[in-house]
Amino acid sequence: MSKTVSEHTVPYVQVLDENGNVTDNELLPNLTDDQLRELMKRMVFTRILDQRAIKLTRQGRLGFYAPVSGQEASMIGSEFATEKEDFVVPGYRDLPQSLYHGYPLYKLFLYSRGHQEGGRVPEDVNVIMPQIIIGAQIVQTAGIALGFKLKGEKRVAITYTGDGGTSQGDFYEGMNFAGAFQAPAVFFVQNNQYAISVPREKQTAAETLAQKAIAAGIPGVQVDGMDILGVYAATKQAVDRARAGEGPTMIEAVTFRYGPHTMSGDDPTRYRTKETEATWEKRDPLVRFRSYLQAKGLWTDDEEQQFIEEAKDTINDALKQADAAEKMTIEGLIDVMFEEPTATLKRQRAEITGEGAN
Amino acid sequence: MAQMTMIQAITHALDLELARDEKVLVFGEDVGNNGGVFRATEGLQKKYGEERVFDTPLAESGIIGLANGLAIQGFRPVPEIQFFGFVFEAFDQIASQIARLRYRSGGRYYAPITIRSPFGGGVRTPELHSDSLEGLFLQTPGVKVVIPSTPYDAKGLLLSAIRDNDPVIFLEHMRLYRSFRQEVPEEEYTIPLGQANVVREGKDVTIVTYGAMVGVSQKAADAWAKDKGLEAEVIDLRTISPIDIDTIAASVKKTGRAIVVQEAQRSAGVGAEVIAQINEHAIYHLEAPVLRVTPPDTVYPFGMIEDEWLPTQQSVIAALNKVMSL
Repeated sequence: MSKTVSEHTVPYVQVLDENGNVTDNELLPNLTDDQLRELMKRMVFTRILDQRAIKLTRQGRLGFYAPVSGQEASMIGSEFATEKEDFVVPGYRDLPQSLYHGYPLYKLFLYSRGHQEGGRVPEDVNVIMPQIIIGAQIVQTAGIALGFKLKGEKRVAITYTGDGGTSQGDFYEGMNFAGAFQAPAVFFVQNNQYAISVPREKQTAAETLAQKAIAAGIPGVQVDGMDILGVYAATKQAVDRARAGEGPTMIEAVTFRYGPHTMSGDDPTRYRTKETEATWEKRDPLVRFRSYLQAKGLWTDDEEQQFIEEAKDTINDALKQADAAEKMTIEGLIDVMFEEPTATLKRQRAEITGEGAN
Repeated sequence: MAQMTMIQAITHALDLELARDEKVLVFGEDVGNNGGVFRATEGLQKKYGEERVFDTPLAESGIIGLANGLAIQGFRPVPEIQFFGFVFEAFDQIASQIARLRYRSGGRYYAPITIRSPFGGGVRTPELHSDSLEGLFLQTPGVKVVIPSTPYDAKGLLLSAIRDNDPVIFLEHMRLYRSFRQEVPEEEYTIPLGQANVVREGKDVTIVTYGAMVGVSQKAADAWAKDKGLEAEVIDLRTISPIDIDTIAASVKKTGRAIVVQEAQRSAGVGAEVIAQINEHAIYHLEAPVLRVTPPDTVYPFGMIEDEWLPTQQSVIAALNKVMSL
């Protein structure tokens, strides 16, 4: 005896191939020339930012940093599909999405250094500080999305995790809750092949990560994560669906991080071969999109050089702003624990300041 | 005024807050149509609709994560964890997430969440229903922990907890849900969080306690007074985090002796914290060491030996006699 419950297929989305040729005209997103150039500018900026952040970490001028090179298309393309009023719930690697959703760069630097100001996102910016506990952001996103639904707002919450994160209980719970409540959420998995040193094959016997959506009863899509137009198209569809009240979607972007897991001592040569790295370097999202834009006459090498110089200036300015942040105090930490410090904390504060301690 | 059990006072408090503030949401496993496994949310979904009072999938981390997200969107969630023994499933979302939200975002986001959950022994529950796990949250900066022992306190404290703009864990002792009735005013009133209550005045020994041990301690003190002519002062902590050391210290300065009575196992719990704070604030007034009346450091007992494991009137009296003899 057996019972066929449903037939499942996982759509695979790709718009540009490795040479920048359009493989799917139907999915080719309707973006203006300015928007296309903006996407490329953002990817260039993100690559420069990554290179610079790695150097700054080595110099001790930044603290915690998780490299992003290789994932530009996946990060930039997906965020570009959201509106300013949508809410981005990032994991610890998702600084570019946060940045382009309005999180000031100097605050991201302060977050990296471990400064309280780093988490104080401006009032009109719909992002929360990066999440360190892998999976926690997934259940929270279900709540944010349900909040939009209860308020009758046409807004969407998008959250990010990696391939390793799909093994967490919270990953399943969050998607399942959003499905049960038909909440406007997009769960975006960046499958960069490794969770630190553990290859994706050791996380699960599932053929794709996108098919994990089936367990929650929501649509799952796999996309070429090195193809910014494919990522944009898949995310836009999910965001539009959510905004229209049709519930959540999970997207798996198949991508790669060229650098180490973080700058805290990870050495990818211990677990990746040169051949693997070479294969993925051929799929570089910047190379592919550059070819596409150049063929359309929308991009030149000179312009790119100019954007790189601009990027360096922007980064330097943000660093200066981060350097100027006021030094934290222990009293300051106590004061932000609760709306009003408890009697116990007031006493502990007084012990530190020497004011009225007993 | 009306005569209410503690569970009725809780339902009444939820009703008042749902009516007062449209941002208040009540949700959890079976809290909607079913009215809760203890009837704490009876009738509320019918009165306020499925958008305000609703059931969730069976997943505690999901429930508290949902509360976290809703709080970020300006709601005032009052989620329920069906039994506090199941809190381990939601530990990350409580201790690592909602408790730290205000701090880690520099005050940009905060979590006005009240987690309601039943606990407590003496009612022959299966495993992991009755465990006293409040001590785990004394070590968790960013949450307050409230444990009422009477219908009157339950209502006033729950109103305060829901209105508090930071996370509160509100633990409801199952044995107290329907064990007695008390006059509870129909109108709104609040009891400040972090404020203990002297429920029996005395001059000879201070008993610091909370939850179901308040009643046990009061009865023990009455019996002891009758037998020995000595008067124990009983303090109901009501909030166990933060602890109201001012009320405790004032009492200890008067009596010179103290014991702590708790239903939780001995090590590193409320009793240990109370004693440490008495040492800091009133040690020169002590005539004797502060003793603890607690169960031993075992896993919560099997139902058939529960009554022997939990502290009793007799064990409180024994501790009173001992502390007087030191």
